[in-house]
Amino acid sequence: MEIPYTVKERPDTGLNNSKLGIWLFLASEVMLFGGLFSAYVFLRLGAPEGAFHEWGKELNVPLATLNTMVLITSSVTMVMSWASLKMNDFKKYKLYMGLTLLCAVIFLIVKYFEYTAKFDHHLYPSTNTFLAIYFTLTGLHGLHIIGGMIVMTYFWLPAGNKMWHSEPEHFANRIEIAGLYWHFVDLVWIFLFPILYLL
Amino acid sequence: MSGHDNTDIQSHVRTYMMVFGALAILTVLTVGASYLEVTSGESIFIALIIASVKGSLVASYFMHLISERAMIINILLLTIAFFFVLMFLPLMTATDAATIL
Repeated sequence: MEIPYTVKERPDTGLNNSKLGIWLFLASEVMLFGGLFSAYVFLRLGAPEGAFHEWGKELNVPLATLNTMVLITSSVTMVMSWASLKMNDFKKYKLYMGLTLLCAVIFLIVKYFEYTAKFDHHLYPSTNTFLAIYFTLTGLHGLHIIGGMIVMTYFWLPAGNKMWHSEPEHFANRIEIAGLYWHFVDLVWIFLFPILYLL
Repeated sequence: MSGHDNTDIQSHVRTYMMVFGALAILTVLTVGASYLEVTSGESIFIALIIASVKGSLVASYFMHLISERAMIINILLLTIAFFFVLMFLPLMTATDAATIL
């Protein structure tokens, strides 16, 4: 069965359905993370003066800076993988998508070291309200990274080759949609990094 | 695909690289700014301004919002409005506590 409006734009919205769908999903994601950002402000205001700053000093700023760079790089390689498809260069697409996946793996490995270092020092979500919201926000963000990796791996494996050869335009759209999600995950980190590590 | 599309995409690629450079510089800047001797209010202000600029760059260029259809922009404006409501909720509790004390 052919799914309508995956490539062609719908006359009433001026968009293909996947594009409208992903943006509605991302809007709901803004509210999901928004609720937790709001909880962060609430807990920060409720903590003794300067306590959040003190508790936050336990975190590793150099590692988080590295991870920020890794995610920014992955956003660039992701957009390049889409641009490569638009230029009909499937080999380059494979390369850039592979690099994006590599960046995602590096991000998770760094995050693993950060988490285990905290646990080794007996710092848990129950230790204080800062660590509670730190683990909640970074944990949810980490799950989003894993979700993105599952989708990108699927498009990177031979299944992607088949899709590209049968319906190139549809495949390029799929990569664009996956990219929009991935950039959103990067965008969330751009705000998490200063509020958790630097303030 | 026509040749015109190709040159179009190539100019996009140049933009992506410039945005990449700007994001890297802003990341270094925000880490550097956290070592400045300023009040906590000022450092929160600086960090949020830099994060907002970085976020706008990602949304405008990588997510192509700069040339996106009105329908998507409208959906996002509505989302942002509700996002600000969420952010103001804890501030309301703070003013409430102040009146009790």
